[in-house]
Amino acid sequence: MTSAALERTPAERPGGMADEQVFVTLTVADQLCGVPVLSVRDILSAQTIARVPLAPPEIAGGLNLRGRIVTAIDLRQRLRLPPAPAGEPRMSVVTELGGELYALLVDQVSEVMSLPASAFERNPATMEKSWAAFSNGIYRLDDRLLIVLDVPRLLALADRD
Amino acid sequence: MDDLIADFLIETNESLADLDVALVTLEQIPDDAATLSLIFRLVHTIKGTCGFLGLPRLEHVAHAAENVLGKLRDATLTVTPDIITQVLAALDRIKAILTALGLEGSEPAGDDAALIAGLDAAAAGNAPVGTNDPVHRTLPQGATCPVEEAAAPLDDIGQDPDMGAGPGMTDTPGAAPVAAAQTIRVTVDVLENLMTLVSELVLTRNQLLQLARGQESGGFTAPLQRLSHITSDLQEGVMKTRMQPIGNAWNKLPRLVRDLAREMDKKIELVMLGADTELDRQILELIKDPLTHMVRNSGDHGLESPAERRAAGKSETGRITLNAFHEGGQIMIQISDDGRGLPVDRIKAKVIANRLAGEAELAAMTENQIQQFIFRAGFSTAAAVTAVSGRGVGMDVVKTNIEKIGGVIDLKSTAGNGTIFTIKIPLTLAIVSALIVEAGTERFAIPQISVVELVRARRASGTGADAVIERLNNTRVLRLRDRLLPLVSLDELLGLPVKAEAETGSYIVVAQVGADRLGIIVDRVFDTEEIVVKPVAPILRHITMFSGNTILGDGSVIMILDPAGIARATGIGAGSDSKTMPAAGTGEHRSDSRTAMLLFRAGGRQKMAVPLGLVARLEDIERDRIEYSCGAPVTQYRGQLMPLVPISVDLALDRPRQPVLVFVDGDRSMGLMVDEILDVVEDRLAIELSGTRPGLLGSAVVGNEAVDILDTGYWLTQASQDWFNGAAGRSSGRAQKQVLIVEDSAFFRQLLVPALSAAGFQASAVGSAEQALRLRDAGVMFDAILSDIEMPDMNGTDFVRAIRAAGPWAHLPVIALTSHTDPRDVEAGRDAGFTDYVAKSQREALVASLRQCLTDLVPV
Repeated sequence: MTSAALERTPAERPGGMADEQVFVTLTVADQLCGVPVLSVRDILSAQTIARVPLAPPEIAGGLNLRGRIVTAIDLRQRLRLPPAPAGEPRMSVVTELGGELYALLVDQVSEVMSLPASAFERNPATMEKSWAAFSNGIYRLDDRLLIVLDVPRLLALADRD
Repeated sequence: MDDLIADFLIETNESLADLDVALVTLEQIPDDAATLSLIFRLVHTIKGTCGFLGLPRLEHVAHAAENVLGKLRDATLTVTPDIITQVLAALDRIKAILTALGLEGSEPAGDDAALIAGLDAAAAGNAPVGTNDPVHRTLPQGATCPVEEAAAPLDDIGQDPDMGAGPGMTDTPGAAPVAAAQTIRVTVDVLENLMTLVSELVLTRNQLLQLARGQESGGFTAPLQRLSHITSDLQEGVMKTRMQPIGNAWNKLPRLVRDLAREMDKKIELVMLGADTELDRQILELIKDPLTHMVRNSGDHGLESPAERRAAGKSETGRITLNAFHEGGQIMIQISDDGRGLPVDRIKAKVIANRLAGEAELAAMTENQIQQFIFRAGFSTAAAVTAVSGRGVGMDVVKTNIEKIGGVIDLKSTAGNGTIFTIKIPLTLAIVSALIVEAGTERFAIPQISVVELVRARRASGTGADAVIERLNNTRVLRLRDRLLPLVSLDELLGLPVKAEAETGSYIVVAQVGADRLGIIVDRVFDTEEIVVKPVAPILRHITMFSGNTILGDGSVIMILDPAGIARATGIGAGSDSKTMPAAGTGEHRSDSRTAMLLFRAGGRQKMAVPLGLVARLEDIERDRIEYSCGAPVTQYRGQLMPLVPISVDLALDRPRQPVLVFVDGDRSMGLMVDEILDVVEDRLAIELSGTRPGLLGSAVVGNEAVDILDTGYWLTQASQDWFNGAAGRSSGRAQKQVLIVEDSAFFRQLLVPALSAAGFQASAVGSAEQALRLRDAGVMFDAILSDIEMPDMNGTDFVRAIRAAGPWAHLPVIALTSHTDPRDVEAGRDAGFTDYVAKSQREALVASLRQCLTDLVPV
């Protein structure tokens, strides 16, 4: 699984585009995160998700997106965070990897933001392991911090650990 | 050019491309059995086809190469770069001849003697003679043009065999330019694409219909109905574009059968029924080879010679019948012959010789189960290796190919009356009919093709006409028409919330997996639905219970169950599935493999266990039905008197019902009376041999508990003195001879120890030559030694040399146990100091040899 394209931090990107990066922002357990907008195929509101028996706990199940089956991954489980409160509607960010569609189940999807490279920083050394493993770096926003999620690594369930 | 040759060229060029890759892989990983098998099969197929097409040069080269590969596969030769070079040289030669064949329509003249000599030398284990590069020396002039030129137009023909002639062929003299049919050439990709789109359309239509059912919005109903009809018509139309009559796959067969008849000196009539039955082009391609193989087998193995047929009171001409028809949305193809039927005895012997199963396992099997062994890898009943068939490739390939397309193959054979193979395949691969069931709170789809029947049953005992699910402690079974059907509970298997036992109603989906049946307990059964199979996401592929997923008409996503995967996960029929056999062809039983054990209690607190495979049935006999004959308890069982043997003298004989383990060998059966049947557990079987008490092999830890392992052989002789050909009777009364078995495979130790004790020997076994030598050095004495040849560390030959060299065992008879009984091996064995050489699996021969050795050397 190649994650090279996404691992490259915005600051390292060549050309004038390096100044600005566009992210879809989302929240998981009150933490603001961002996913590069180009890797997002769809944003879905709460969906019926069919559980897949025997699947790893991170895999919430399968959902039907216009006739295609999308595998839903619970981001809280993936990041080893406490489960979402029962009954709370959750949204999904749909992304594609190797021709397959995956939905990242998050608490809330908010706006699309264009962020300047000057606000970017690498993961602080003290960052919690469960987060650091899936973070490509941090953006300093005015009032809070945004973690850039490493989507391919989030989806690389098979070769984890 | 002949259509047959054109097809052959396309196929063979594909195979050759695969071969090149595989051979190179093999050179890098020399002991990769799977690659070796693949290579062997490909070359075998090429050789087989050449034989029938009358291409002697190709056939001879391929045959020589196959010989070398056969030795490699059987591990009598080891892979070396030199050998690979030889085989590659043979392939290059085959390619060169094929190129010329493609251009001229016949084999070019040329001499392959040097190449074949090189291959034969390699097969004989010698270093290749002369140069490693005999190709260029003898390459015929006409054969030097590049392969691509010939292959390109041929590929075009491959796209539509219906058209008859591709661009390269149109100017063939004599091809009558009949009125151009109204046809357009379309690539298969376009059709595939259309099919995918239609599949999606069908799904969307189903969803719409489901939605409309919920609401009475009148305006939509009429157009939706129309949409539905049009979609159905479109689906049918697109399917039709991919449909071809099965006769297309049969057109090679008459010629093949004719040539076969001539070669074998047989009279064969080929009857083809239902040749216009249509099926999906993709499937047609995939079943072509299996069908050819099976017809060839029927002619070669199934039908007798005219003389034999006359003697059996049949007409001299044997008949092979092919019959194809539609049945329940599937295609049924039957290949039947009126020959001699499948020889159960020879299959048994072969199964044992090839270590596919133990004798005891076979004893518990029905004739049909034994016949099913012909579908295993590395199996072939032909006594001699001929150019036609009989190398142990064939039926396993057939089965694999048919299963690959979601089909099922079954056989029915009656001795003297012939054999019928029935292949059931889906009409198409894209859309399958599935049964929708519910377990826990989830729904699942089970492909209709593997569902045999549905049975309504109750989980717990109660009243009502439904069948009752019975328990052997934690294992559930169902009595279904006098057979015990193993059950798996879907909710438990998949870790779903289990409904309370109070909700007693449930259904059992009886599924066919290979030769085995398996009952899947579900809570509810809904409708059948046409579903489009979609592969599961890569991150879920490790769950073998599912073969895919799909979207139902109501838009929900559900998983498609794979009955074969479920059977594998639960250990049912694991042995009869060639896919789970490690290293095709060798069939080695790994000593750490898990064995299902039946736990029971008899006379005392100590638990006992017996491998479940040895037990034919479990019965619960009413006390009144136990009668006495000559003072021994018997019962009437299936129209025969079955002897009953109490496992212990302190067995409580006053209870109203008596649990009995039934062992069956051929048409004889015996019942072992026990106190209580406890459980079935699956565990590694490591028997600590003690051999102090008769009737027990020793003890083992099963499921964290020490249990005594039953010596089945002992109890069988208790029931009937002549169970093992009277062996026990003859040797009783004599002092028991002590025999040491040196064998690294736990499976064979387990098989041999009871067999030898049953024959009246006192057998002990060790797992390696080193252990045996330690016994010798400790001063332990035996009357004879049986030793395996192939063992890790010190092998049998070195072992016997060590014994003969010095020490108290120097003059003991030592019998070699082996799977190779090649005269040369026997000679080598005798030189090393073995007294005799016996095939491991031939128990009678082994016992006879042992007696012989013991009477020769130690007169009684």
